[in-house]
Order: sequence, then C-alpha cells, then structure tokens
Amino acid sequence: MQAQSDYVLRTVEERGVRFVRLWFTDVLGFLKSFEVTPAEIEVALEEGMTFDGSAIEGYSRVQESDMLLMPDASTFEIVPWHDEDAPTARIFCDVHHITTEPFDGDPRFVLKRNLERARERGFTFYAGPEMEFFYFQNAHEPEPLDQAGFFDLTHGDSVSNLRKNTILNLEAMGIPVEYSHHELGPSQHEIDLRYTDALTMADNVMTFRHIVRKVAHDLGVHATFMPKPLGGEFGSGMHTHLSLFEGDVNAFHDPGDEYGLSKVGKHFIAGLLMHAREITAVTNQWVNSYKRLSHRYEAPVYVCWARNNRSALVRVPLHKKGKKSSTRIEFRSPDPACNPYLAFSVILAAGLKGVEEGYDLAPEATNNIFELTPEERAAEGIAALPQSLGEAIDVMEGSDLVAEALGEHVFGYFIRNKRDEWAEYRTQVTPWEIDRYLGSL
Amino acid sequence: MTNAALLVYPDPPPPLLAQTLDLSGHPWKAVANASVAAAQEPADGWGGALIVADDDPEGAFSMCRSLRKRDGVLAPVLLLVTGAQLGELELREDLFDEFCLSPFHPKELEARLRHLLWRTGRGTHPEIVEYGDLVLNLETYQAALSGRPLDLTFMEYELLKFLATHPQKVFTREQLLSRVWGYEYYGGARTVDVHVRRLRAKLGEEHANLIQTVRSVGYRFGQTRTLH
Repeated sequence: MQAQSDYVLRTVEERGVRFVRLWFTDVLGFLKSFEVTPAEIEVALEEGMTFDGSAIEGYSRVQESDMLLMPDASTFEIVPWHDEDAPTARIFCDVHHITTEPFDGDPRFVLKRNLERARERGFTFYAGPEMEFFYFQNAHEPEPLDQAGFFDLTHGDSVSNLRKNTILNLEAMGIPVEYSHHELGPSQHEIDLRYTDALTMADNVMTFRHIVRKVAHDLGVHATFMPKPLGGEFGSGMHTHLSLFEGDVNAFHDPGDEYGLSKVGKHFIAGLLMHAREITAVTNQWVNSYKRLSHRYEAPVYVCWARNNRSALVRVPLHKKGKKSSTRIEFRSPDPACNPYLAFSVILAAGLKGVEEGYDLAPEATNNIFELTPEERAAEGIAALPQSLGEAIDVMEGSDLVAEALGEHVFGYFIRNKRDEWAEYRTQVTPWEIDRYLGSL
Repeated sequence: MTNAALLVYPDPPPPLLAQTLDLSGHPWKAVANASVAAAQEPADGWGGALIVADDDPEGAFSMCRSLRKRDGVLAPVLLLVTGAQLGELELREDLFDEFCLSPFHPKELEARLRHLLWRTGRGTHPEIVEYGDLVLNLETYQAALSGRPLDLTFMEYELLKFLATHPQKVFTREQLLSRVWGYEYYGGARTVDVHVRRLRAKLGEEHANLIQTVRSVGYRFGQTRTLH
C-alpha cells in the first residue's frame, strides 16, 4: 500500500498534476466526483477526505451525514482529456463511515463483499460487457445524427471523430476495446470492453460512460445510455460475458462436454436462470428499461438458455477450438444504464447460488420458443422476465438472495426509490394514450 | 555504475525475498551451495550476498564461511536470521557484514541492503532504465516513450519496470504474477494478461509489440532480434 501511495504522490509532483478527482458512485449508478488539490492528496491517501454523505442518492441519513472517501491508490490515473496547463488525475474511492468502517451503502463495497464470497470458494469472477449507446443532436430530443446503417456514415467527419476520440481516450485510460461498430438502430453504436476482473470492470464501465459522454459533449452532440430512446427501434443493451476462474483454470470449461461446459458452468447458468426474475430490477433499473425487453428487437424476454438463439436470456457462445480459456456465458438482459457494481453483484450471487446448491440445468431452449402459446411455455416451465419496473420490484422484494447480495441498506433504499419512480410513472398520461383514446373514447 | 548480481542462498529463496529484490531492482541469482556459487559467478564478480539462515542455519553459516575463505573475499554479506537464532551469531561476527531479522519487513531489508552496498562502495541501484524509445526513471516512477510521458497505474508501472529490466527474457504468467504482484495476490494468471493488454493499449499501436506474447509460455519484453 505504501509503495502505491508513494507512486501517486511522486507522479502528482513529477507531472505537475493540478487537480485530483476523487470518484465514487451512488446507489443508482451515477458517478460522483470530488476535487482535491495536490496539497490535500497526501492526507486523503492516509486518512481519507470527509464529505457530506447526505447529499448522495442512497447514502446516509442526515444525522450521520459525515462520511469518508478513501482513495484506492491502485486506480490512480492521469486523465487524457485535461487542459494542457492543468494536468488532472482521477482515483476511485471507497466510502467509509467517519469511524473508518466500510459503508454498506457504497456500491463498490457491495461488489467487493460479493467478490470476497466467490474468492472464499476459490473463484475469481471476470466480466466483459458489450456497451451499446446512441448519439443524438442534443439531450432534449432523440434526434439521430444519421438515419443510415453502418457503412454509410463512417465517412462522415462527426461520427468518425466521435469514434476515434472515444477509443483513443479509452485506451489511454487502459481500457482495451475489442471492436466497435454501428449497431442496428440509427445513430447507435457498440463498443465491447475486453474482459477483466469484475471490480476493475465496474470501475471501467463508470469511466467508459464518462468518456463516451464527454467526447460527445466536446463535439457538440449528446451520447445516451438510455435503454430505449426510440420507439420502434432497437434498444441499447449491455450483454455481459461472464466466467469464473479457479487460479488459471477456466472453471466453466470441460472439453468432454457437448457444450464445452463444466458442472460449475452449468450450475452457474442454472442459478442465473432460477434467480433471473429476482435480479432484473437491478440489471434493468429504470421504467424505460422494460421497453427494451421485447423479443421483437432481439432482447431477451423468456428465462431460458441456448447456444445460438440470440433472444435467449443466457447464451453460450461457441469458443474457438483449443481456446479453453475463452469458455464463457453471455447474460443478455442487463442494460448500460445499470449500476455496474450492483448488477455484477447480483449476477454473481445468482450464479454462485446455483453452484453452491448444485441446481440442475434445464435443457437448451428450442428455436421456436416465441411461437409457443403461453400455455405451452408454461407447460415447459419457461418463465418470462418481469415486464415492468413495478413487477420487477415486487419480485425483488421477496428475494432473500438479492437482499443478501446487496445488503439491507442498499436493498431497502433501492426498493423505496424504485417504488417511488414506478408510482410517479403510473400517474403519467402518455402521448400514445392521447393518440389512441382521446378521440375515440 | 556497477550493477553486479547478488548471490542469494538458498535456492530457491523465500518468495518474499525474491519479490523484494525484484521490486527494488537488484539483479540476483540463487545458488544451492558453494560450488554452484563459484560456477555461476558473473564475469565481474558477485555484487554481494544475501544468506538466509531461517530453515538451515548450519548450511547458511557454512556458505558464509566459504564465501569468506575463497580467493577474493565476497563482500558485503547480509545475513537473515530469526529471533531464536540471534544467540548463534556469537563468535561468528566475522562471517557477515550486516544482519536482518527474519521474518523481515521488505522496506527494512531494502534499506539495509542499500545502505550496506553504499557503505562498501557498491551502490548499485540503477535510476534510469532505457530500452529503445522507452525510458523509465526508477527514482521518480515515471515512464516515457519517445519523450512522451506514459500515464500508468501503479501495477502497470511495476510490470513494465520488471519487464524492461529483464529484456529478452521469457517469463511465464506465474513468474510475472509472483515477482510483480507477490505470491499472496489472488486473481490468477489472467491478471497478467489483463495488465499486458492495458500496457499495450497505453504504449500505442507502434510500440505495442515491445511486449511479445510467447505462445503457450508467457511474455517477453523487447524487439525480436530478427527485426534488427
């Protein structure tokens, strides 16, 4: 730890860093930033920085509002987008009580706690999300930059600059990118992040969203991770590739199995499926999230798994021959507006539960699952994901698994906050209703 | 600046000792006995010796004795002993130049070693490591490529430093994990792949091949000779 702090202090001095931004995340997944000067950073590293936690969504009650930000020196990086004359660095922080105990409401702590549970069983949890998002002319109207498909617009200056600057900034922050291409909707893009351990990846998702928005803003447009900004078009997902390693061994891989999946892999999938409905409120946390979850737009609706069916909730991608380390599963319901710390926490908890209890994996879904009648699906025991935030919260409220994974503080806050959001939405009268009903009823 | 390898006994040395030496940038070689020490001696002689007495005090003292007796006395000798062994140092004062209690604190060992080497005129700590366009300043923790500073995290810097101070040598993921991260680090060798990928991204396309993947083995730092 000492060497890491020395590294931070020395780099701040050598590079003439003028501001250090302390980053942390609220319960709903919004990035918060607290700026300190080089003079304060040494104390911050040693003792933490006091801040008023009552101002943060889902943090403390007013009577215990003084909290500590404890910088995680291993995450210190100089940001590539600072002004020439004012080098700026950022560092992710853990949130502690003023008594220096870790704070239950800190999403980063929630994820660390869940990773520790996996570690006790000998597992390291890796995640690799595919981030989808839209560019619009501004933040008020979802007006696409183009109406064209991928190849038409790569020559356009604005879009290619957006893409180039975004990827350069990501790489400068040590976030390797697998590839990027224009997705199916107008002005929609996808950038895949190379897998890494789940804590670093959750930090990376926070950094990623910040960079994408910042680059767009600097070029005068708006980037959004809203799950379904355009009716009648594809939404934005965050399909996440998952694997467990035991040391160097991919715990999901078994060369002798017809799917290449080990027992651990199958139990993990079974756990995800068994608890999928309970964790959906966390992986899809907004009213708008549920407008994406429609099979007409290749988003998962039914709780099932398959190798090639892109509408299944869990997909087992074919891995390259001989590349056993690449055996993984793809969980397709999360959207990019989730809180990645909490989403990875509940995903891991569900999968691990399957491993611990040895859940049996149901057979692979057949391709015609959408053509079945509801009765036929029920007969096959295929459940549907919650269809609204209200339903998702009801299911989550009864889940011991989610309560344990999130901890009572976050669990309670999340349900209260989301019930309020749902109640407010339910009193809205939408343009669709006016169009359809005002004249005829 | 002399930078001769330190002799380390026994072979293999305790993992924490190996890691401490690597992180402090001292080149070293472990030897199992006096004849190996003679056979493996670098052309410009050993830079000093670190003898660990913890598990086998008899072997350690006899190693010290042989280093003192040979032509061209090997100095300085730093001896690592446990608290229970302190009594055994009596009447053996001639066998070593300095000792350090084991289990040791890495910072203390590093400081004693640095001081000892300085006192005996063998200050060996390299401050600048250069490889092609890459320059690492070990004093200030800064790395630069063609004069452009690299913005690295601490572990990225440590990995790059380790690789750049051992050019052309092939390391397995396990070796890198144990030398750079330490044995207790949990996360498996995938951690190494992830960090190599991050480093390559930061080195940029032109220099990404400074860190080469050696298929089914691990990684090697430096240009392949055929490129020159």
